[in-house]
Amino acid sequence: MGEIWDSFQAAFSLLAHPDRYLLSTILVSFKVSGVALLLCFPVSAALAAAIALGRFPGKGTLKLLIRTAMGLPSVVVGLLVLLLLSEAGPFKGLLWTPRAMVISQLVLITPLVLGVMVSSLEGVSRRVAEAAHVLGANRLQVAWTVVKEARAGFLTAGVAGFGRAIAEVGSVLIVGGNIAWADGTSYTRTLTTAIVVESRKGNFETALAFGIVLLVLVLCVNLILGFLERPGEAR
Amino acid sequence: MLKRFLAAGGILFALGMSLAAAELVLATTTSTYDTGLLDALNRAFAELFGVKVKVIAVGTGAALELAKRGVVDLVLVHARPLEDRYLAEGWLINRRDVMFNDFVVVGPPEDPAGVKGLTAATEAFRRIAAAKARFLSRGDNSGTHFREMEIWEAAGIEPGGKWYLISGKGMGENLIQASLMGAYTLTDRGTFIAMRKNLDLEIVVEGPVKGGDPLLMNPYGVMAVNPARFPDRNYVLAMAYIGFLTSPQGQRIIAEFTVEGEPLFYPTALKADPDFSEYVPRDWRG
Repeated sequence: MGEIWDSFQAAFSLLAHPDRYLLSTILVSFKVSGVALLLCFPVSAALAAAIALGRFPGKGTLKLLIRTAMGLPSVVVGLLVLLLLSEAGPFKGLLWTPRAMVISQLVLITPLVLGVMVSSLEGVSRRVAEAAHVLGANRLQVAWTVVKEARAGFLTAGVAGFGRAIAEVGSVLIVGGNIAWADGTSYTRTLTTAIVVESRKGNFETALAFGIVLLVLVLCVNLILGFLERPGEAR
Repeated sequence: MLKRFLAAGGILFALGMSLAAAELVLATTTSTYDTGLLDALNRAFAELFGVKVKVIAVGTGAALELAKRGVVDLVLVHARPLEDRYLAEGWLINRRDVMFNDFVVVGPPEDPAGVKGLTAATEAFRRIAAAKARFLSRGDNSGTHFREMEIWEAAGIEPGGKWYLISGKGMGENLIQASLMGAYTLTDRGTFIAMRKNLDLEIVVEGPVKGGDPLLMNPYGVMAVNPARFPDRNYVLAMAYIGFLTSPQGQRIIAEFTVEGEPLFYPTALKADPDFSEYVPRDWRG
């Protein structure tokens, strides 16, 4: 127990006096996961609307595939992206950069975000769609009405996607290379891969402290999102 | 000597000027990175060449596989037989000895297999196996893991059974697990020194740095990815890095690097009588 308590203290003194290493590591974490989510979200929203509201053969199979892909192990995604990016071609220069990490996180979180969005759209009562249709809405307007009704589910999808991205270790470790420059600033090192380094060195206390820093920051993100969500509920 | 040094410095400088915008990717083992040695070397290299080095710290086996896929420019690793295989297959070229340290066998202070003070690692391994005392292997294709397998082979034992456990972890985590379960393990001396205070483990068989078993010698080699196989890799800059690592300046940084007052690596690149076997596979016949 003593060690865990020490880690909490270390975490809060780190947060109170962040050094360049910690700040740059936090920045890389949020930049990579944030960009991955921003790229994934609109595409997933459009795809989810098409899947949930459309009628086409193979819909059940597609949903099954999406749900299965939610269980993709991050190391497997990392290795696949590593092998793809190491093929000679225009993408070869991307390996060991934050952009490669964005790619692997996109692969990792899109099924999750898409799956949650589809479920939340399907959860919106069919009567909402019918009502909109009766009121003279065209197909696009019906879709928009349903998406608006499902916005809480979309928020959950975004939060879950961001959460998986920022907490993920395996794929960013492999395709980013966990690089920090010799001057102590992060290039492709995230909070999670910094935890790997500290734990590898046996600095469990520091490793745990980094984990606590990560959780505190994700908590802050959720508080902000919760605050943004509230006016919507009042409407 | 001074003249040669200056000439080498001039060439390095000229190279540095022409390569300012380039990048260099080095795959290496966790022991060189986690100790902080590579940061010390790379700071000096960045000053000389204006190039920041991307360090990918993985096990020796993984580092060599990355080289084989042409996604790094050079490797700094420690498993000579494996290095020789990649050299012989032509993935890597221009190997140079850089430095060495040594492995030590560590175990719980109670020493259940009674191996403390033995001078031969093979005899210690035989007794550990005979006593069925717990042994924790890295099992991760790292340089340390390869050396452990070589020692078992030299001891004539195929390890297995419930006493032989595989962690799949890095050196630091492996030491902590061995300490918690009271197991013997093989470790590089550097990591053991850095973590000793948190461990309930003692050195039971010494390596050659302290006059122990020469089988526990741990030499590190640097090699460039073959530009004939991967023309898009930065071969010139990789060779500049190898030159820097094996230069008086690079070797001095290695010699002066200490943790808790103890040196972790001993430079070997500058020799009175150069031994060219460092460049090519050991069984190579031209």
